[in-house]
Amino acid sequence: MRHATGAELAAALRAGDRRALARAISLVEEGAPGARELIQAVYPHTGRAHVIGITGSPGAGKSTLVSALARAYRREGKTVGVVAVDPSSPFTGGALLGDRIRLDGDAPDPGLFFRSLASRGQAGGLSRAASDVVDLMDAAGREVILIETVGAGQSEVDVMDVAHTTVVVTMPGVGDEIQAAKAGILEIGDIFVVNKADRDGADTAVAALEMMLDLGAGVVSVDAGHHGAGALAAPAAAPQPQMEGAAWRPPVLKTVARDGVGIPELIAALARHRAFLDASPAGLERRRRRAADRLLAVAARMLLERLARRDGRLDSLAADVAARRLDVYSAAEALLSPHPMSSQRVVGTPGTDKPGST
Amino acid sequence: MRRPIRVLVAKPGLDSHDRGAKVVARALRDAGMEVIYTGLHQTPARIVEAAVQEDVDVVAVSVLSGAHLTLLPRIAAGLRDEGLDGVLLLAGGIIPDEDVPALKAAGVAAVFGPGTNTDAIVAFIKNWMEKGGADAARDRG
Repeated sequence: MRHATGAELAAALRAGDRRALARAISLVEEGAPGARELIQAVYPHTGRAHVIGITGSPGAGKSTLVSALARAYRREGKTVGVVAVDPSSPFTGGALLGDRIRLDGDAPDPGLFFRSLASRGQAGGLSRAASDVVDLMDAAGREVILIETVGAGQSEVDVMDVAHTTVVVTMPGVGDEIQAAKAGILEIGDIFVVNKADRDGADTAVAALEMMLDLGAGVVSVDAGHHGAGALAAPAAAPQPQMEGAAWRPPVLKTVARDGVGIPELIAALARHRAFLDASPAGLERRRRRAADRLLAVAARMLLERLARRDGRLDSLAADVAARRLDVYSAAEALLSPHPMSSQRVVGTPGTDKPGST
Repeated sequence: MRRPIRVLVAKPGLDSHDRGAKVVARALRDAGMEVIYTGLHQTPARIVEAAVQEDVDVVAVSVLSGAHLTLLPRIAAGLRDEGLDGVLLLAGGIIPDEDVPALKAAGVAAVFGPGTNTDAIVAFIKNWMEKGGADAARDRG
């Protein structure tokens, strides 16, 4: 299995071979040779899974919620894939991946495939690997794929590009409301969950989220008659019945994931969101946007690889820039130019610079 | 770039003391490895399944309950059944010297008892990886 080609792995994982799926995930994580062939082979067999992203602040209970959801979907008889992302240390590259701890049961469940991913620091690394990993699990027949994010920083927005439905998890009493507004978390959530709702302040947290969502959607009644108020107020100006089916207003739910409280309601909301995406133009628009983002990310990576290899240009131009013979913008133009490098532009030969000149 | 070494740190059986396992997990992470920590009370079958799904190079098992002669051979056999015989299986915890030969015969590559410097474990794993890790272990048969 260690030396299988992409096409062999693709065939094996589609046939339900768990080791092939595990190996394939490692290949796409590494961006190894064979990864491209692998995705090419599985891509026609993807698009069936409901991909759900779970994000939110550390300590809100994302792992517990993910395992509660996985259990609930398994009870419905659906096969589940989980991708749990934890941060890599920027200093050592190491990572401690502890999300499996929340899994329970004595016997392994063949209907559940759980994979821990380290964020591995590279720019865009998370979203690229996550999209590919989701494709692999999808092709392997997983009906629901849960992605648990790191829960801080840019990566949660990346995961939103991968998921069909993004669930934002928070908890009572952390004064998160304003932080959430600042972090842009209101924009990415399709469903909001106030977890640990048996604690004081749960209703306050729900009310605060509801209010801010109304503000963001422009449906607050204060501006309703104000037709000239610009794009934000526009939806409010429309009569309520016309909005039915046209827009998705994120629901705010309460859960106690540890005890399974509120999980059936969350499952129902997830199903409603999926039906909404399938039926509405917004769903189609979102699929196209996600495809465009992923396409650009892959194209950018390929372009970088090609530029780095291209007829030694990078080395000689970098030497010029380091030696202050050429500014970096002109060098970038030359690197991207479709024409062969003009001989007069390259003043020095690569490798003649002293280390001190950099 | 070679991907980071992936290690499953697992705690089978009934004992509830995972301080040692956590210290090892932390040390391996600080040495640049990706460490998947399973938590307490894992069955051998679940540890093997986690090793499959996480595609690890190394499985490090801590046993303090005295059940090492039962648990570790089961894990080793499970790994073999899944075709993961190339994976490095390490044991730690309270294991009497006289039990070590039996564990090695069952497929445990090394046993690290109490007081082992975590650097020794890191060095053992890195040395094994430099020799080719799971790939080389498989090729040697």
